[in-house]
Amino acid sequence: MPRLSTWFIRLALAHLTLGFTLGAALLIYKAGALPPAVWIVLPAHQEMLLVGFMLQLVFGVGFWILPRPPRSRSDRPMWAALVLLNVGVWLALAGSLLPGMDWLAAAGRTAEMAAVLLFATNIWPRVRSFREVKG
Amino acid sequence: MPTLARWYIKTSLAYLALALLAGVALALHRTSGIVPLLGFFNPAYIHLFVVGWLTQLIFGVAFWLFPRFSKEQPHGNQRLAWATYALLNAGLLLRVVAEPVAAASYTRVWGLVLIVSALAQWLAGIGFVVYIWPRVRAK
Repeated sequence: MPRLSTWFIRLALAHLTLGFTLGAALLIYKAGALPPAVWIVLPAHQEMLLVGFMLQLVFGVGFWILPRPPRSRSDRPMWAALVLLNVGVWLALAGSLLPGMDWLAAAGRTAEMAAVLLFATNIWPRVRSFREVKG
Repeated sequence: MPTLARWYIKTSLAYLALALLAGVALALHRTSGIVPLLGFFNPAYIHLFVVGWLTQLIFGVAFWLFPRFSKEQPHGNQRLAWATYALLNAGLLLRVVAEPVAAASYTRVWGLVLIVSALAQWLAGIGFVVYIWPRVRAK
């Protein structure tokens, strides 16, 4: 698989580890074995798993598996998407954890949206039929 | 498609059906309130979707499609992979039962079941990452 895909997928797996850990803590709190303060990590748990793990894994596998573009293109926008997505996740979860820092969450979501736009516009030409690929 | 991948994917489809059924039950409960326990079922419903269906489908397809571990062992440590499957499903099924019951009327026993569920799912996540990591490689 391309090097960029390994970056996307390994970062996705790191977020899976962290997200599952927070999820376990939340469930153990519901069992009465951890203090209520644990509940503050719920948004971080959701962000890490839905965006940090699932969306990022889709990016990594999509970049790897989809047909090659009709004309050779730079991978720089995809590298930028990698950085923006991960910075966005951590800004968003920082905004959820720190009091009075909602603007961090907004900045994070903006970065995530930019990452998605970069990915979508760059992957769009690679969504081609078999006939187009064979030429 | 290897056996474990088939187990993962078929199980994920079963969870999808179960989640959709739960969704119908929840919608009916909201209008009629017939089964009080359903009032506590929302987190379990969400996890039927995102863990039972989505995450399990991802695990199964990754196990099938990612670059092979080696020529001799293309799918790597299959014992770990099977253990992950068992832990994920055991943990999730325990959760689906214990979480609404514990929320409705908590007892120590149901609390312990929730802790076991949490640890099982966590170990499954860690196990999958440990298993698949060596298969994430550039050519």
